[in-house]
Amino acid sequence: MKTVKILAVLLLTFMVLAAPAFAKDTIKIGAILAVTGPASFLGAPEAKTLEMLVEDINKKGGIKGMKVELIIKDSGANPEKALSFAKQLIEEDKVLAIIGPSTSGETMKIKSVAEEAKAILLSCAAAEVIVNPVAKYVFKTPQMDKDAVIKIFQQMKAMKLVKAGVLASNTGFGKAGKEQIEKLAAEHGIQVVASEAYDSKATDLTAEVTKVKAAGAEAIINWSIEPAQAIVIKNARQIGFKGPIFQSHGFGNIKYVEAAGEAAEGVIFPAGRLLIADVLPKNHPQKAVLTKYKKDYESKFKEEASTFGGHAYDAMLILTKAIEKAGKADKEAVRSAIEGLKGVVGTAGIFNFTAQDHNGLDINAFEMLTVKKGKFVLLSAPSQKEGASKKK
Amino acid sequence: MNIELLSQYLVAGITYGTIYAIVAIGFNIIYNATGIINFAQGEFVMLGGMIAVSLHTIMPLPAAILAAVLATMIIGALIEVIFIRWLDNPSVLRMIIITIGISIFIREAALHIWGEGVRALPYFTGTEVTVFSIGDVHISPQVLWVTGVSAVIVLLLNFFFDYTLLGRQMRACSANRDAAQLCGISAKNMVTLSFILSAGIGALAGCVVSPITYVQYDSGTGLAIKGFTVAILGGLGNSTAAIAAGLLLGIIESFSVSLMPSAFKDVVSITILLLILFVRPSGIFGSAEASRLKEF
Repeated sequence: MKTVKILAVLLLTFMVLAAPAFAKDTIKIGAILAVTGPASFLGAPEAKTLEMLVEDINKKGGIKGMKVELIIKDSGANPEKALSFAKQLIEEDKVLAIIGPSTSGETMKIKSVAEEAKAILLSCAAAEVIVNPVAKYVFKTPQMDKDAVIKIFQQMKAMKLVKAGVLASNTGFGKAGKEQIEKLAAEHGIQVVASEAYDSKATDLTAEVTKVKAAGAEAIINWSIEPAQAIVIKNARQIGFKGPIFQSHGFGNIKYVEAAGEAAEGVIFPAGRLLIADVLPKNHPQKAVLTKYKKDYESKFKEEASTFGGHAYDAMLILTKAIEKAGKADKEAVRSAIEGLKGVVGTAGIFNFTAQDHNGLDINAFEMLTVKKGKFVLLSAPSQKEGASKKK
Repeated sequence: MNIELLSQYLVAGITYGTIYAIVAIGFNIIYNATGIINFAQGEFVMLGGMIAVSLHTIMPLPAAILAAVLATMIIGALIEVIFIRWLDNPSVLRMIIITIGISIFIREAALHIWGEGVRALPYFTGTEVTVFSIGDVHISPQVLWVTGVSAVIVLLLNFFFDYTLLGRQMRACSANRDAAQLCGISAKNMVTLSFILSAGIGALAGCVVSPITYVQYDSGTGLAIKGFTVAILGGLGNSTAAIAAGLLLGIIESFSVSLMPSAFKDVVSITILLLILFVRPSGIFGSAEASRLKEF
């Protein structure tokens, strides 16, 4: 009995002594990610990446001596859930910053909440509307969907294709991409002959691709992140569509290629350089970051790294750099530190933030990739590709 | 709209419709034996696909499918024995809540076992890009597999219910439980059997459609809603009518794409469901008198 009492007293003393020290030396970072649900292709690698990074940071003694405490909330790509998690993280957990959400729809739902509460938000979603117009506390790490659209249009022009059939899922990402395509098409000399939105949970899209093909599309541009983008290419090939199929930068996960099998051959899409890290020239500034992340992730989780995990990597990287620069875990100081970050080499590209640019990336962050024998490879020079695609 | 385009939409509609119908048949079997709607029916489809995909890594495709169907049948039996069998005269509402609970449970378990990724069995014949072409109409061989397997299921079921002793006992139970029990038929065993049967059919459907639709831990729900719509549309309990209703809904959905944005596809099916519930609750092919006799 006596020993128990002594132990209890000792334990209490420890807790009293340890509590303030613990609180002072921790940085709380929240993350709202679609770990499960239709966008789990995005959220799951993002969550894994963050866990890996934070473990790594803490092992090395934290940021400026402060340990990082990561709180991950699984939104299942549901904007309503994301909203309540955002409020919870800001009001109850009092986090310094929120990483995520994974999808554009969720991010737009919580953009104003973050702005009002003056909470730093580093979104892992792609739509341009997240940072345009600029919100003081909202940043994002993936490349601009506008730049992805322009990159595709340039490729189409090089392949002498004019008529595009557009398919997009009815999610925030799909809608934003579709709007950009329709807005930018004319000035790039592209004609949108059909434009269809489909349900993000669709399991067969034969009717949709039939409609696009019947409208006389020379190429299909699909904008989605769900498994549906593997279904689109399968169904398009099954109904005998022979032209090139373009996908958004949301295609950057090898699982989609595996899911679509042979139908994925020849799909063209813009993406960051993570997927082709192995073939980048040694002197490329991103080479070291990309190969390290890829190696760490793949050896730890035994699955191939995707660009999406990279977006979370970049968010954590930017946050770490900003806290180091600010010297303290203070919201205002960290926020303005992010705006001053220049030349941060991430997985998506080289970030140069300003007060007007909360994305920090330009069109050069993209490369055109294609699928060859079930693998992502750099698209060969457009002039060579042109003949090949016409012959098909 | 030219004839090729028309036919292509028709083929797409038949594909959707057959998939819905095969789920609806699972609903019908349990409804016939127990008078309840098993909302976990979609989960049987998901389980069949998922288990087959996992087993396919260590055994050939036909063996994997057979094993997956058997495994799902065992799960179906376990569910009935653990959750349903001990209930005496449960109310319809209670049964609905229990089956929805089971469906959530299975979904979460699947998430833990397989994770969140999508999977698919390989195409039974050819690959993702293999097609049969009739003029300008293209059909994936897997579509033929789906329609063929569904047709065989319906034929076998009709044979089972009409000509075998066990099938007749099940029908007797659903027609009049007390009378059947007086004749020495164990109603409880018949209910277990109906779960085993519908789990098996669901699982087989999951295997056959997985190359087309993929399977994911949560893909059962969407299928269950469509399957339920079709079951109601055809008239609850009638499997042949379910096939007709499934094809009808699939073809309507497919053609609706040519007239309006395809994101409205589900609106079409829900509208049809509501219309049917208001105008003809017994279903297009069901008789109003027969449905009045049922207690649902």
